[in-house]
Amino acid sequence: MKTSTPQNEKSSPVADADLSRANSSIALDHEEHHAPKGLARWVFSTNHKDIGTLYLWFSFIMFLTGGAMAMIIRAELFQPGLQLVEPHFFNQMTTVHGLIMVFGAVMPAFTGLANWMIPMMIGAPDMALPRMNNLSFWILPFAFAILIASLFTEGGGPDFGWTFYAPLSTTYGPDSTALFVFSVHIMGISSIMGAINVIVTIVNMRAPGMTWFKMPMFVWTWLITAFLLIAVMPVLAGAVTMVLTDKYFGTSFFDAAGGGDPVMFQHIFWFFGHPEVYIMILPSFGIISAIIPAFSGKKLFGYHSMVYATCSIALLSFLVWAHHMFTTGMPVFAELFFMYCTMLIAVPTGVKVFNWVATMWRGAMTFETPMLFAIAFIVLFTIGGFSGLMLAIVPADFQYHDTYFVVAHFHYVLVSGAVFSIMAAAYYWLPKWTGHMYDQRLSLWHFWCSIISVNVLFFPMHFLGLAGMPRRIPDYAIQFADVNQIVSIGGFAFGLSQLIFLWLVIKCIRGGEKVGAKPWQRAEGLEWTVPSPAPHHTFSTPPKVD
Amino acid sequence: MKRIPLTVWLTLEVFAATWASSSFAEDNVLNMTQGVTQISEEVYHLHMLIFYICCAIALVVFGAMFYSIYKHRKSKGAVAAHFHESTKVEIVWTVIPIIILIAMAIPATKTLLAMEDTSQSDLTVKITGSQWKWHYSYFEQDIEFFSLLATTQNQIDGIEAKGAHYLLEVDNPLVLPINRKIRFLLTSDDVIHSWWVPDFAVKKDTIPGFINEAWTKIDKPGVYRGQCAELCGRAHGFMPIVVHAMAEDEYDVWLEGKKAELALAKQQAVDALSSELSMEELMQIGETIYVERCAVCHQGNGEGIPGAFPAIKGSKIATGDIDVHIDTIVNGRAGTAMQAFANQLTEQEIAAVITYQRNGFENNTGDVVQASDINSFNTPSQGSKEGQ
Repeated sequence: MKTSTPQNEKSSPVADADLSRANSSIALDHEEHHAPKGLARWVFSTNHKDIGTLYLWFSFIMFLTGGAMAMIIRAELFQPGLQLVEPHFFNQMTTVHGLIMVFGAVMPAFTGLANWMIPMMIGAPDMALPRMNNLSFWILPFAFAILIASLFTEGGGPDFGWTFYAPLSTTYGPDSTALFVFSVHIMGISSIMGAINVIVTIVNMRAPGMTWFKMPMFVWTWLITAFLLIAVMPVLAGAVTMVLTDKYFGTSFFDAAGGGDPVMFQHIFWFFGHPEVYIMILPSFGIISAIIPAFSGKKLFGYHSMVYATCSIALLSFLVWAHHMFTTGMPVFAELFFMYCTMLIAVPTGVKVFNWVATMWRGAMTFETPMLFAIAFIVLFTIGGFSGLMLAIVPADFQYHDTYFVVAHFHYVLVSGAVFSIMAAAYYWLPKWTGHMYDQRLSLWHFWCSIISVNVLFFPMHFLGLAGMPRRIPDYAIQFADVNQIVSIGGFAFGLSQLIFLWLVIKCIRGGEKVGAKPWQRAEGLEWTVPSPAPHHTFSTPPKVD
Repeated sequence: MKRIPLTVWLTLEVFAATWASSSFAEDNVLNMTQGVTQISEEVYHLHMLIFYICCAIALVVFGAMFYSIYKHRKSKGAVAAHFHESTKVEIVWTVIPIIILIAMAIPATKTLLAMEDTSQSDLTVKITGSQWKWHYSYFEQDIEFFSLLATTQNQIDGIEAKGAHYLLEVDNPLVLPINRKIRFLLTSDDVIHSWWVPDFAVKKDTIPGFINEAWTKIDKPGVYRGQCAELCGRAHGFMPIVVHAMAEDEYDVWLEGKKAELALAKQQAVDALSSELSMEELMQIGETIYVERCAVCHQGNGEGIPGAFPAIKGSKIATGDIDVHIDTIVNGRAGTAMQAFANQLTEQEIAAVITYQRNGFENNTGDVVQASDINSFNTPSQGSKEGQ
């Protein structure tokens, strides 16, 4: 992509600095006029950067909260027998850990990144719907306050797994199920508003000359993600509402005794749930597609095929939901259909991985921390992809299903996949957000501790699952003891490693080596044309892209 | 940067571990079991085939990537090339994966079709899951029984040493003959469970109100263990499956023995109807039953889990009208987790546990319930039980 503002590859540092001054003077004018300070700045903010920051901090707090629950799970599973928690509470921990990580950590982190980066990447002054942006963030803390508060009610919080299969969540659910339902509703509303905002912004507010096929991959992947969100979040809302009425108002959507069908719940849930999986990974693809070229010194290989691959993954995601349900006793024809469709997803996903490797091929690579996390992403996400392919094979899935093999699979995709990409993004853009370079030594500590511990944590889970350990159990047979111990140690180490990141981010905000508009020499994109830290208002006058 | 070889080394290490795991093929602590049926063996080989294909792809892709990371780095003076697309290459790496996938899909489809063919079975066993036990019913044999976890609470709590089959042992195992095609019909009385025996490669959900089918044909006699695979509530981790597979003649002997055993138990239950037990005897039997059947929800101290499982201690049912109490235990409570025990316990056991609940936990009602009280209680569920 080339821009007519003096920020293309040949631009001189002097020209960059000129533009920086121009932008910051505009920003200063605004701030002097109407920029609330203190708490009010955050509560009433309609600024995409402030809201992005709120989203990112919120997601990080949720990441640590959900992580603490994972620590409880791993502590209980450290050895066979029941030592620390009661099975009823253990089930609440697995459930709420899942809900918090999916809806509280990964999704808001991507929305935060979208808020910060999409306007700056397409040369827009802000998100298209700033007040809705404020609302979509500020209802989230309430959703999670309700969810976490439900743990302290009589009978405890949700204990039926984050997938809340009926009738375990209806007839047999705890009294607090209504709280769970309302909190999921609020999360859904927040996501839909966020998605609408992203779509409207990308469609309407691109700078002149920023045509569809000049948009950075992160913008593309988020656009597609946003459509997925709008398509499936209402389905989730429908599912939780039916759970609510089944439990409290005597309906029988999922109760065979009243003419309903418990398996229908699973069809509805996974019609949401599978696209949801891609909602949590497509923005990662965008991030990795920005970082790999920036540190390889080459343009992204096969940009167009990347866009098409993302679209095909999104479309296929609507045709594979029942691969989560192979053991429910579907007709064999349906099993075959969903197996073939699921296997097909490997093709566009493969294209992505090949394109990244081709981008690195014959480049001139450097290995700053964002690049390290991006490389780790490619390798570990691909391992998660392989186990996904194995899970698609129905006869083998009968053995893998609901075991730790599945747990290993989706944690490879979501932790060393989605979460690592978020870490990569944070390192990549932290200098832009704060104006300071992060502490590189600490960042390497964070990277190496994370990558070693994440594999100690999740890799042995494959073996546990293959050897026959079911998931979601608080206690296990003796033969699983040794491997579980290793897994738990990896878990504690991974949890502690994230505190390094917390410290690093705080340190980076408070100070550090000052950086210019473009701390990564070979990075491309409009976000690098504004000064660092990015002033409160950027691109009040749109740049021209050609 | 000096650290890169370490990245390469480490990531390869991870990959090597994947590869190496195949050498554990025989040892099912780290890999899928080959099992004891033709199907389970096919599934195992399918699993290994796909695993090896994935490893080969990984070797090529990661190999290229790490070669590039090693060779094409700025610190080694690499200069970036300018290419950024090639239709030819992109078509190649779209078509090759499709061919590989087709190669995987063919054996997978064959095995799946065989697995789903439940026709021409030699015998049928109905498996019913409920919180948290299995019920087995042999068609045309008049044999049915419950199968519950046999591991003691003390082992779980770490008071006693854990046995070799900790959490994988039951009081009444399912007994099956080898070399015969056995059809399973699976359903549930409450939530969704999933009946899984890895050695048979059979995992099928039991769904309330619906009946699923599966089948197996066991090649080797032996004891095969599995667990419930679908989260089914508090004691999901505590409902194992044990199958004793026997030679056909042994199985026939077992059938006769089991029939005699069940007939004797039935006779004893009938005899017990006319006998009166003392309060002490009832309390003693009642306590045993309570610990086995009730404590999992209502807790050992009878206080339940407020908001999830009601207390027995001081409860309206356990201190109020006896008929309501009997009705609750005999017929269960529709729309709640309270299941009907008419099929699960004898009249005497129900009488004992009711006596225990009404006098233990400081309830001290002084009520004594005898087996005959339960029998004279009109139980509509008895009729429907016959009809099943």
